[in-house]
Amino acid sequence: MGALIGFLVGLVVVAAIIAGLLRVPQVATGLARLRGLDRRWIFIAVWLLVMLPLLFPLKLPVAPTSRAIQYYDEIEKLKPGDIVLLSADYDPASGPELGPMLRSSLLQLCRKKVRIVGDCLWPGGPPLLEQGFTQVARDQFHYKYGEDYVNLGFKEGREAVILAMGNSIPGTFASDFRGTPVSQLPLMNKVTNLSSVKLLVNISAGYPGTKEWVQQASRRFNLKIVSGCTAVSAPEYYAYLQSNQLLGLLGGMAGAAEYEKMTGVTGSATKGMDAQSSVHLLVMLCILLGNLAHWAARRQGER
Amino acid sequence: MHLANPLTFDGLGVWIAALLTLFIFSFLYKDNPFYKLAEHLFVGISAGYYVAQEWWAVIYPQCVKPVMNGSRPLMIIPGVLGLLLFSRFVPKVGWLSRWSLAIIIGAYAGIKTTGFAQGDLVEQFHASLLPLWVPGQLGVSIDNVLFVAGLVSTLVFFFFSTEHKGAIKSTAQLGVWFLMISFGAAYGFTVMARVSLLIGRFQFLLDPWLGVARF
Repeated sequence: MGALIGFLVGLVVVAAIIAGLLRVPQVATGLARLRGLDRRWIFIAVWLLVMLPLLFPLKLPVAPTSRAIQYYDEIEKLKPGDIVLLSADYDPASGPELGPMLRSSLLQLCRKKVRIVGDCLWPGGPPLLEQGFTQVARDQFHYKYGEDYVNLGFKEGREAVILAMGNSIPGTFASDFRGTPVSQLPLMNKVTNLSSVKLLVNISAGYPGTKEWVQQASRRFNLKIVSGCTAVSAPEYYAYLQSNQLLGLLGGMAGAAEYEKMTGVTGSATKGMDAQSSVHLLVMLCILLGNLAHWAARRQGER
Repeated sequence: MHLANPLTFDGLGVWIAALLTLFIFSFLYKDNPFYKLAEHLFVGISAGYYVAQEWWAVIYPQCVKPVMNGSRPLMIIPGVLGLLLFSRFVPKVGWLSRWSLAIIIGAYAGIKTTGFAQGDLVEQFHASLLPLWVPGQLGVSIDNVLFVAGLVSTLVFFFFSTEHKGAIKSTAQLGVWFLMISFGAAYGFTVMARVSLLIGRFQFLLDPWLGVARF
């Protein structure tokens, strides 16, 4: 409460100072000139604010939010041998945000010794999922393909695929990413439909993704879902979190960094957060200066 | 600094990707032929990749192969319906594509409607019925009051069957404030998403290409 009052008082003081400065003609003229600023100066500022923190890390603190803690806790509840569905519904365009989430999720799932069935509703997803499985499950935890994890690859059909998986996963994916019939994979003999998986870990870049899994599978098949999604989609999914249709949510690079902190990894999301915060400050400054420039120009016009 | 070696297979790939990234960035200065080259390469390669992916992951294993080996001969029906979509290129028989479109639209309308009703409408309605006072939990009570005030006032804003004046106007104006806050939150998340993509490209340029940092 004290911090809030301090913030509000600070805001009022800053607003009063700005209002006073706007009455000084030289300041008002200078601010009004900002309206003609070449946008390439802003690009250069963004370039510097991304590049410098990446080269010289500020190591700003990352504090996990309740959404990320819920995501982590839901995976922690799993028991060794449980079967989890990992749906990597994204492509390389969302890699910087979702790649770290996929790797950290695989890390925690493998630590819990759960078995993982992977699938993709996006055509560009299977190689990314395969890369994650290879780097984390196979190389770090010596998971065996077909017994401990399976990559079913991509299936066209969006929501129809989700519904079909609710009836039969082997019937929906006749063969895996490598073309091997699923009947030859021991893990798939233990998987019938969505009811046989303990949790869906959905890494989602948009449509089809978390929204479609929630709409089609959460209540219909009583599927527990946690989602790691792009920042653009996150606001839409908060409603699902509030209604417990989602049990955990990682939103964008910030969510990925929070999750990395909980899994004890200093990955690309954590290392990118200094740059992220720096550019956010610049955007806030630009919004403030833009408004002041507008006001100053308007005041000059009135005179 | 460990610059990627362009004489190795992997190194050459990194160099091509890095140069194409710089070509795209060059648009920030102004439009130029390097940007155009990168843009056209991206569009062409993406289209090719997705066609190949759809063929090998969907059309061949699920349609062509089962029909050819006789295991699922009826799969020829969706195959033919799919081909009918291309009849739009021949105006005289373009109407044939409507059969395929009718099935696609009908099936997906049904799937989306039931999914929305079950997953969104009922569940969100249920989750909106919150107690305004939770004994011993002041923070939760304030949250719930804010939630209900936001929900009701925003709904009133979108209620156009009566003129917005008096109490309705005030409530609708409150709804506008809630909407503005939600737009601001969405904008903030969008900024984060776009900056993340930029950070991703810079991490690529600094790590595998220039080798000046590890991510």
